[in-house]
Amino acid sequence: MTDDIDWIKLSGRRAKGRRPRFFNDPALDLLYSTVLALTAEVSALRERQDTLERLIEKHGVMTRAEIESYEPDHRAGEERGLATRAFIARVMRGFQQEVEAMESSDPPIDDIVAQLSRK
Amino acid sequence: MASRLPPPYTALTRHPMLPHASHDEAARFNFLAHFNRYLTDMIGPGNRLAYEKRVLPAFRAEHGRDPTHRHEIRDAMNRDSWHRTWSALKRNSMEMRQHYGRQMVLRQLDELDAMARQYNEHSGMLELDPSIRQPEYQTLVDIHCQPGGYHGEERPGDVTVGANYDVGLFATTGGALGGLNDGGGQAVVQWIKGERPDWTPRRILDIGCTVGHNIVPIAQAFPEAEVIAIDTAAASLRYGAARAAALGVTNIRFIQASGEDLSRWEDGYFDWVQTTMFLHELSATALPHILAEAYRVLAPGGMMLHIEQPQYSDDMPLFEQFLRDWDAFNNNEPFWSAMHEQDLKRLLAETGLPPESLFVANVRAVVDESLFPPSPDGSKEDYGRAAIWNAYGAWKPLNKAEAA
Repeated sequence: MTDDIDWIKLSGRRAKGRRPRFFNDPALDLLYSTVLALTAEVSALRERQDTLERLIEKHGVMTRAEIESYEPDHRAGEERGLATRAFIARVMRGFQQEVEAMESSDPPIDDIVAQLSRK
Repeated sequence: MASRLPPPYTALTRHPMLPHASHDEAARFNFLAHFNRYLTDMIGPGNRLAYEKRVLPAFRAEHGRDPTHRHEIRDAMNRDSWHRTWSALKRNSMEMRQHYGRQMVLRQLDELDAMARQYNEHSGMLELDPSIRQPEYQTLVDIHCQPGGYHGEERPGDVTVGANYDVGLFATTGGALGGLNDGGGQAVVQWIKGERPDWTPRRILDIGCTVGHNIVPIAQAFPEAEVIAIDTAAASLRYGAARAAALGVTNIRFIQASGEDLSRWEDGYFDWVQTTMFLHELSATALPHILAEAYRVLAPGGMMLHIEQPQYSDDMPLFEQFLRDWDAFNNNEPFWSAMHEQDLKRLLAETGLPPESLFVANVRAVVDESLFPPSPDGSKEDYGRAAIWNAYGAWKPLNKAEAA
């Protein structure tokens, strides 16, 4: 560990250059950064849990050193890749369904409500 | 399906200079590799749908014509909520890649700096020149949102930016550059061995080498060659030279120098002058300067080769040009747009290379495909980041006297 620098503070340093603003409300830009970072953390937690389960199954015992040095073999790497893909699909559902929505052309629900009230 | 997924981070070749990734640090990079692939595969197509279904019809209604330039498409798409959302996701993934790489590197910076010093003192492969100033095009913004760019220091003599660059290429490309992030250099080697199997260049120059990941495989393929790798950024060279030494390479000298001034090398000194994904990080003034210097130091009969993403030609649809331009405006690649608009063959011809000596070849990253899937292409391509390139090159004609 490097002690004479604040690695947590330094690692978060911004890149020079004005950041594009993607949304009309700047709070939304900030919210995206937090949601995505949390998403990554959940993904990392799941991966760690997967490691634990594999090691427990393999040995029946567990040490932190074993977790730190665990490397998925080719098959485990693929299995975990699939699981990550499925996880991302859950978190990203809203965006992915928006793509589907753009492919179709559903009228507003108000129109349906009005339509059904008439006949 | 599984064959196309990114490999786990632990598939990278762990050379001694590569920062050690803890379990969760590797897992975060795994997330980003998959997240980037998902953005390209599943979310990215929404850009075209938004364009065709509402942005283009609105543009036609307003202007009575189709867009005639990629910038018109960009202006229109930047008002579209979907494209803005997609851009926010992609920008964040780039920023997370930097943050995660820097956390990994900075927490072990003492060890990395000490190891780099040791390698560089013993190998003699590093030659720094404090009089070299960073060109403006490297300092106006931190290129591709890497804090500190290629040259910044957290403390004097450190290797942070070089080490962070090396560890994060995996996440950005989804492992498409292979175990040593050297798929580009490997591709060049495979191409030249097929093109001229008996060619043995004596001296090779790599301009803008950063951490040397693409010149190392070239130096290994031509172990008798004297290889010079230059960059203006000492912070990247320190890491790159140590990395090359750690990989057992002995025939590269990493020299701090600017490609705009190669005056320390005489005319015709090199048989091969190479740049790999470098020209797009210059400026309109610097690009022709560097090409002219490259031409000058290239020996008659020698080869100049520049690896880049495809240029924007009239044949490339405007919408694809717009997508490929995203990094210029959203990922701190400010010369990307103007550079890809240039006719590189014309620029090369302006150095004095005869038109008939010029060529363009297509190359793809060469990786260990048992571990690393090939870079997705076609509609699945992550424009600007795919490990699929054009090689713009030329064989400099022999002097008339030598040819006779």
